[in-house]
Amino acid sequence: MDIEFLFWDGCPSHPEARQLLDDVLAERGLEVDVQVREVFTQVEAEELRFPGSPTIRIDGRDVDPESSSARPALNCRIYRKLDGRPSPVPTREQLEAALS
Amino acid sequence: MTIALATEAPPFDLPGVDGQQHSLDDYADKPALAVVWSCNHCPYVQAWEGRMVALQREFGDRGFELVAISSNDADNYPEDSFEAMKERAVQQGFNFDYLYDEDQSVLNAYGAERTPEGFLFDGDRRLVYHGAIDDSREEDEVTERYLRDAIEAVLAGEEPPVSDTAPVGCTVKRKP
Repeated sequence: MDIEFLFWDGCPSHPEARQLLDDVLAERGLEVDVQVREVFTQVEAEELRFPGSPTIRIDGRDVDPESSSARPALNCRIYRKLDGRPSPVPTREQLEAALS
Repeated sequence: MTIALATEAPPFDLPGVDGQQHSLDDYADKPALAVVWSCNHCPYVQAWEGRMVALQREFGDRGFELVAISSNDADNYPEDSFEAMKERAVQQGFNFDYLYDEDQSVLNAYGAERTPEGFLFDGDRRLVYHGAIDDSREEDEVTERYLRDAIEAVLAGEEPPVSDTAPVGCTVKRKP
């Protein structure tokens, strides 16, 4: 399994998202070497198709496909909870589904 | 640099999403004025903006006024354009003025760094609280309502119980 964790340091949500990812991986007994990459510039954001921080891809597939096509930018990414409320991190359910 | 506590509110005169121009002097009769840096595209702002509406609803009839300002660079973040601000204000039912600081001069005067980031001024327009609206972006996990408590104190003629906290949110998007 190949997991990419892309983040921009200007958004404070990445440590929380990384912890959530690690928790979900541990619960499933998965030992994966997560590839962490910091995005520094708008050019990089475009090259990496980075729709905001954090972005997590599992075997190349974004954990939130619906919002993955947003314009590449150095900003905080908007995820949605099950009830539609905005969140700067993906939900546990999104991560679990992406790992299934 | 962010203005210090007790600093007099820097003046502003900015266009609002209501089509009117709004200056600091327009709120001169208000015993408490909160200026909150905001924007459209930030998930932290989106998580908190309902609470901004609630504060205005709760304290508006006691003379409190909340003013939101977006200074974000709309060239690189078109979701924060003035037109998009107008749309969001309608969509979210904003009951407060939402102003556009296109040249970022007001941003520079206040020294805000995050969205959302609040500055509460008393009736003399001295800064009495700066920082986060409360202590959690998850509304059902809030234990400390910093801005609400500060408003309550100012309206009662008292000092806020907490005067400075670290705002948590997106960075203000400065022009290159």
